[in-house]
Amino acid sequence: MRDADVAIVGAGPAGIAAAVRASQSGARALVLDRGLAAGGQIWRQGPGTHIPALGRGWLRTLAASGASVVASASVTDIAIGRDGAFTLFFERNGDADRVTARAIVLATGARERFVPFPGWTLPGVVGIGGAQALLKSGASFAGKRVVIAGSGPLLLPVASSMTRAGARVMLVAEQARPAAAARFAAGLWRAPATLAQAMRYRAGFARTRYSLGTWTVAALGDDRVRAVTVSDGGRTRTIECDVLCTGYGLVPSTEAARLLGCAVEHGAVVVDEDQETTVANVYAAGEATGVGGAELAITEGEIAGGAARGRRGEGASLAGRRARGRHHARRLDEAFALRDELRAAATPESIVCRCEDIAVGEIRAHWTARQAKLYTRCGMGPCQARVCGPALEFLYGWAPDSVRAPLEPARVSTLIDSTT
Amino acid sequence: MSDQQASDELMLIVNGRTTRVRPGTTVAAALVSLDALAFRMSASGEPRGPLCGMGTCHECRVAIDGVPHRRACLVAVAEGMRVTTDA
Amino acid sequence: MTSAGRPDAIVIGAGIVGAACAEALSRDGLRVLVLDAGFAGGGTTAAGMGHLVAMDDSPAQLALTSYSLECWRALAPELGREIALRECGTLWIAENDEQLAAVRAKKRLYHERGLAAEELDARALASAEPRLREGLAGALHVAGDAVLYPPCAALRLLALARARGAELREGWRVLSIGGGGVRGARETISAGVIVIATGADAPRLTPGLPIVPRKGHLVITDRHPGFCHHQLVELGYLTSAHEMTAESVAFNVQPRETGQLLIGSSRELVGLDATINRPLVARMLARAASFLPAIAALSAIRVWTGFRPATPDSLPLIGAWETGENVMIAAGHEGLGITTATGTARIIADLVAGRAPAIDAAPYSPVRGHAAAVH
Repeated sequence: MRDADVAIVGAGPAGIAAAVRASQSGARALVLDRGLAAGGQIWRQGPGTHIPALGRGWLRTLAASGASVVASASVTDIAIGRDGAFTLFFERNGDADRVTARAIVLATGARERFVPFPGWTLPGVVGIGGAQALLKSGASFAGKRVVIAGSGPLLLPVASSMTRAGARVMLVAEQARPAAAARFAAGLWRAPATLAQAMRYRAGFARTRYSLGTWTVAALGDDRVRAVTVSDGGRTRTIECDVLCTGYGLVPSTEAARLLGCAVEHGAVVVDEDQETTVANVYAAGEATGVGGAELAITEGEIAGGAARGRRGEGASLAGRRARGRHHARRLDEAFALRDELRAAATPESIVCRCEDIAVGEIRAHWTARQAKLYTRCGMGPCQARVCGPALEFLYGWAPDSVRAPLEPARVSTLIDSTT
Repeated sequence: MSDQQASDELMLIVNGRTTRVRPGTTVAAALVSLDALAFRMSASGEPRGPLCGMGTCHECRVAIDGVPHRRACLVAVAEGMRVTTDA
Repeated sequence: MTSAGRPDAIVIGAGIVGAACAEALSRDGLRVLVLDAGFAGGGTTAAGMGHLVAMDDSPAQLALTSYSLECWRALAPELGREIALRECGTLWIAENDEQLAAVRAKKRLYHERGLAAEELDARALASAEPRLREGLAGALHVAGDAVLYPPCAALRLLALARARGAELREGWRVLSIGGGGVRGARETISAGVIVIATGADAPRLTPGLPIVPRKGHLVITDRHPGFCHHQLVELGYLTSAHEMTAESVAFNVQPRETGQLLIGSSRELVGLDATINRPLVARMLARAASFLPAIAALSAIRVWTGFRPATPDSLPLIGAWETGENVMIAAGHEGLGITTATGTARIIADLVAGRAPAIDAAPYSPVRGHAAAVH
């Protein structure tokens, strides 16, 4: 049992910035994170990590700020007491624990959107961000033939780090239309830091083919992926590989917010000028409020951390930075809009719910997510539709089913110990 | 690799076979490095391996020190840890 | 139905009971229209444990549950694999010698009904279910009990009815009944008979029907195949299951076909508040762990609540309603709706056809005297 003024869920850039600002204004801030250390995905700490200077700086500031960081903490439930105080229940190394707080900052980040295609469940088919996470966590891909095919700004840095780690990147395929991606690239002069970064990434795998307007049709293999077939709408080709990295952009992780009853629109948590959600004293910052990258997340986290401490309106000085960041995010969304052909990639036999092994052909487009769950078990497994949900949203426009505790699988003993 | 680094390495036992990994490595990363990409059998008996790498997808579940259904991507290797995959 | 004209029967509610009624009525050759305000199998049916159990709380309950089990067995070959039927049997667990004496009395009742029931002593129980705690007195093994997956069972029953011409309309909310028909937001449909199978919501259409929602919680674990082999229920279940005033929990664990464990049960009277009562879930799970200590270390993946339609005497309401019109009630099955859906449907079909039901239906009449009031 711990007590804090501000409890922050997620120790990525937004959560770190919120914790730092809350601490600097005299609050007892406590950050809970599922990972092994603070940093989130982008500043993930581990044996294979190269954290950029910005991240190293914030991690140092966090360490000096007095905020507590509780790593390996899976938040399972959040209760709002009669006095308005929050209790965050979490599991850590198999044991139940909890923290009470006057305010919460949800910095729960985002996850990759996967779109099913034949063979995408084969071992060796990993997320693009997933591959990056494994690499940073100490995985060796040296000598492996890697194809990176999907969409979004993550492709280039992952291709670059894979190359640096000794992998043979055979192809980088971006599904976005060349014209749209080019317009985005042309717009990068507005954000010179990003342009320089992109150039560096491209230089990092200079000898690799980078194909725009190309997408995965199927992964081939028996007990693991052996090859991938890609198409540009006219020509298909098959490339042998040991690892296929797939992923179609990021989607905000809004489960904790929805559990608390916070409004969510277009898949992102709704916040006001102070990053407060529609539930009093619950703030949200970073990708959970809309995918916009680390710099925007930091800004939003700073605003939220100050506001959660009662310093409302201080975000005005940061509002310009936030507006620029959100504009950049909208441009990214437009440039990497998913093409319709991706909806046709899955065959009726392709799995959509990987926890329960439910195939696309078992699903009826006119159902709701809840009907699919009850009739086929789709989304009933341990990931609680975090993988099939965004896929089915893309395929059929489905809204996610309601969220209930536990937010993540928890030991029975944890639920026995989780009472207020 | 220097002797110092080697002596810092941790012993991990995967399906009864011993391997050594750098401290801070996750169980999922250690298995990938061993080229053991299939971590578990799915509900219908297909081999599966890690997908998201960050604790969301639950595809990397393995038994760690006898406890089933642990997400390998969220656990750091500890000295003498025993991991059992079922794929 | 629009093409076929006026239906012979309208069944309101496409849960397990309504689905079974549609199946039984269509088997008699009736043209059936099923209306559901939401979608088939999405209400209490989706929240239940899905047990098919012979229960002996009263002679009438034992008569209906054992008759219903026969009906399920007869239907099972037509329902297919989707219903995930697992004939695991039930072990009624006695914690002490006093309960073991009750096990023997229970066994006699089951035998009188022709049901297989076998007493296990402490050693036989430990060998049948090694993960149960030590020191238990014994159990009654009822081999004919089973578990299934209720939403798909409802869908399959509806599919059988539809194959005989029945129609299902979902998202069709009945606002009122009367004049030999049902009124919705946009149209009124008349029929020869109206069957109300809307569970805890039934009193809305037939005010005065003595049904209240009785909330329950369930927890399901990740796949742990072989953890236990039978449905496990504490003998004290009946005592706590019918305590109508307070919150109560009882130990009830099922091994599902998937290898998952379904853990119940709780009961409380709090209206239609669906939120999770954390202390009650904790008590329920602690009770389960007191019988199966190793369950505490398993991974729980979901918790949910549902509303049992409870009646004052714990028997369902099956038969004609008090008004002169042709309205039948098939509701109020409390926690046994999955089991008793098939027997209920047969009784309804018999009454509609003017046949004598296979078992005496008087104890379930919706207009029987209700001595005890529902709190």
